[in-house]
Amino acid sequence: MTDAMFASPADAGRRLAGVRYLADDEIATTVFLAQALGKPLLVEGPAGVGKTELAKAVAAATGAELIRLQCYEGLDEARALYEFNYKKQLLAIQAAPADRAWQETHDDIFSEEFLLERPLLAAIRRSDPTVLLIDEADKADVEVEGMLLEVLSDFQVTIPELGTVAAVRRPFVVITSNAARELSEALKRRCLYLHLGYPAPDRERDIVLAQVPGIEAELAERLVRTVGTLRDLEIKKAPSIAETVDWARTLLALGLDDLDEAAVGRTLGVVLKHVSDQERAAKELGLSG
Amino acid sequence: MVSLVDRHTGFVAELRRAGLPVSVAEGLDAVRAVRAVDLLDRESLRAAYAATVVKRPQHRATFDTLFDLWFPAAVGDGAGAARDPGRPARTVDDEGRPVPAALDPRVQRRREELADLLLSGDDAGLRRFARLAVAEYGRTPGQESWFSSGVLSALSPETLMARLLESVLTGRERGGMAERVARRTFRDRIARFSGLVAGEVRRRIAEDTGVERTARIAVRPPLERLDFAGATRAEMEALRREVYPLARRLASRLVQRQRHGRRGRLDFRRTVRASLASGGVPLTTHHRPRRPHRPELVVLCDASDSVSAFAHFTLLLTFALREQFSKVRAFAFIDATDEITKYFAPGADVTSAMTRLAAEADLVWITGRSNYGHAFKVFDDRYRDAVTPRTSLLILGDARSNYGELSLPIVRSMADRARHAYWLNPEPRAQWDTGDSAASRYGELVPMYECRNLTQLAAFIEELA
Repeated sequence: MTDAMFASPADAGRRLAGVRYLADDEIATTVFLAQALGKPLLVEGPAGVGKTELAKAVAAATGAELIRLQCYEGLDEARALYEFNYKKQLLAIQAAPADRAWQETHDDIFSEEFLLERPLLAAIRRSDPTVLLIDEADKADVEVEGMLLEVLSDFQVTIPELGTVAAVRRPFVVITSNAARELSEALKRRCLYLHLGYPAPDRERDIVLAQVPGIEAELAERLVRTVGTLRDLEIKKAPSIAETVDWARTLLALGLDDLDEAAVGRTLGVVLKHVSDQERAAKELGLSG
Repeated sequence: MVSLVDRHTGFVAELRRAGLPVSVAEGLDAVRAVRAVDLLDRESLRAAYAATVVKRPQHRATFDTLFDLWFPAAVGDGAGAARDPGRPARTVDDEGRPVPAALDPRVQRRREELADLLLSGDDAGLRRFARLAVAEYGRTPGQESWFSSGVLSALSPETLMARLLESVLTGRERGGMAERVARRTFRDRIARFSGLVAGEVRRRIAEDTGVERTARIAVRPPLERLDFAGATRAEMEALRREVYPLARRLASRLVQRQRHGRRGRLDFRRTVRASLASGGVPLTTHHRPRRPHRPELVVLCDASDSVSAFAHFTLLLTFALREQFSKVRAFAFIDATDEITKYFAPGADVTSAMTRLAAEADLVWITGRSNYGHAFKVFDDRYRDAVTPRTSLLILGDARSNYGELSLPIVRSMADRARHAYWLNPEPRAQWDTGDSAASRYGELVPMYECRNLTQLAAFIEELA
């Protein structure tokens, strides 16, 4: 069981805000519940709404260490769980005195010393508070999900040569996904689920204000509304929160204190990264040139 | 008042009935979660349930509707809506009939209040106001039940738009970006108000006639089971957003399948080179990268009126596929066939592509009613080379040829030439072969799948890959 990191949903919200992650009530409650029930938290949503940030914020707010497993196609046990250090094993065999029994050498080279721990095993073996971030789980192959199921339901790993390693202290697990592939029902069943959408205008304004010191509240408000309008357009890549923040910084750096057509036209490249998106936005917002 | 356990089981049962797959384990998780939060904080309760039983964003709307019914925010008129019971909300004239809303000073006062709330974006205030408004206008004296139409017609929030825009855009140029942004903001708030009123009306009805019955009327099927043909505009939008992940999944499934035996030929030189580090023992073998496999896809899509909702959807699917595959050729037909690939160039804008497609593509030969036989003939004459042994052929249509020629031999030869051929039919299976439908005659040549909703489409994609 994880130790109580948060006392209540409100406490979770406060502590996250303390590390500059502004969580709404739903996020705060869900984070609190994941901790209270000791279940992995699956966070889905479009790119750039702060899924990975949430894991980092939980780690920062609770003083836990963040261990990150980045998923990709072709990720396998050797990269996610553990691996034996072949080269070192080979050296050990070669360096072994000639009169040593093979059985002895064999037992020796499959010991702790030759084990390379990868993120999942590392997270389970740590005795200090840990946040395990399994990032972009949808990018990994289906087989990896099977492995995750095993690790996440019992929080233990079986290494044939060494035996079963059980968690000393359950890590707080965050799994993120862009929903490029539907994760299996079995995995979803074991997790608490949080869908992060684009934030409500008020919350996004507060995020901008927190991240970009020196910006006027009114300008931030107008900026956030404009980004919201852009997200409504049918574009390929809707602006993320990070891009809203970048945009605010850009305006500040350029010394623009009003967001009119000219200002938007000059800086649109900060939020929209496709030519077709820019053209569409220019047309829909009535920007000239 | 029923006990909390009964509430819980009833709620979970109703979620399942509405199509959410809530397992027993998840139901138990929900109980544990609910025990961990403060029960008096309704939004915490909602979040606790949502985190444990809702695992897909498409299910969220259904969940919220049912949650509001099972755990209502208020009972009766609710606290805070202290209404003078003797005073009707509408002014009546001498003959006892209500004065038209536009002339009724009381209604106008309420409209002022609503305008202020919309302007300030005060959500809690809006919620209180919606409760009050439904209590006042949701039921006219003769009516038995509650309706949101009464509230919306009395207060007509849409007509407040001009005034709202006026008050934020003072001194600014009209018609520009500022107005668009403001218009969107207010449109969202007005929609929010309508949603609140609808929720409040459902709550009132549920109080009168029981929660279960109301839930059955109020809940639309979840998006993935929604019939393409019966989708509303807003639902079509939502469906559209679902298409892209499906296309991505289809693409990745095709690639994944190809990757069976992930490694290519052994790279002897690199393997030996690497073995030097381990004293000549080849611990890691190196392989040449595989040639990337490019599955080719040819989509042939019925674009006639009888399947227009479906056609719209399949064109979107085509568009999404076009972005995922390097080689997709798309053809549309009504009673003639034209290639539409060019409208779907990567990076093109989907809406304008659809408009151009409707205006420019040469789909109509004589009647403008679907004629599968002629369409296939034209396809075979003009684009014979599109279908090769490397092609997956996808035909989308209801196989209703208005009793015309079917060109079965051509379809047979196309299906034989292609690597795979599939037919998606948007009609319910029960209606196949009725009237002018030639479903089973085509189905003998090309395996035909019923595809009326996202679930069926997703199932097909799993099968295809």
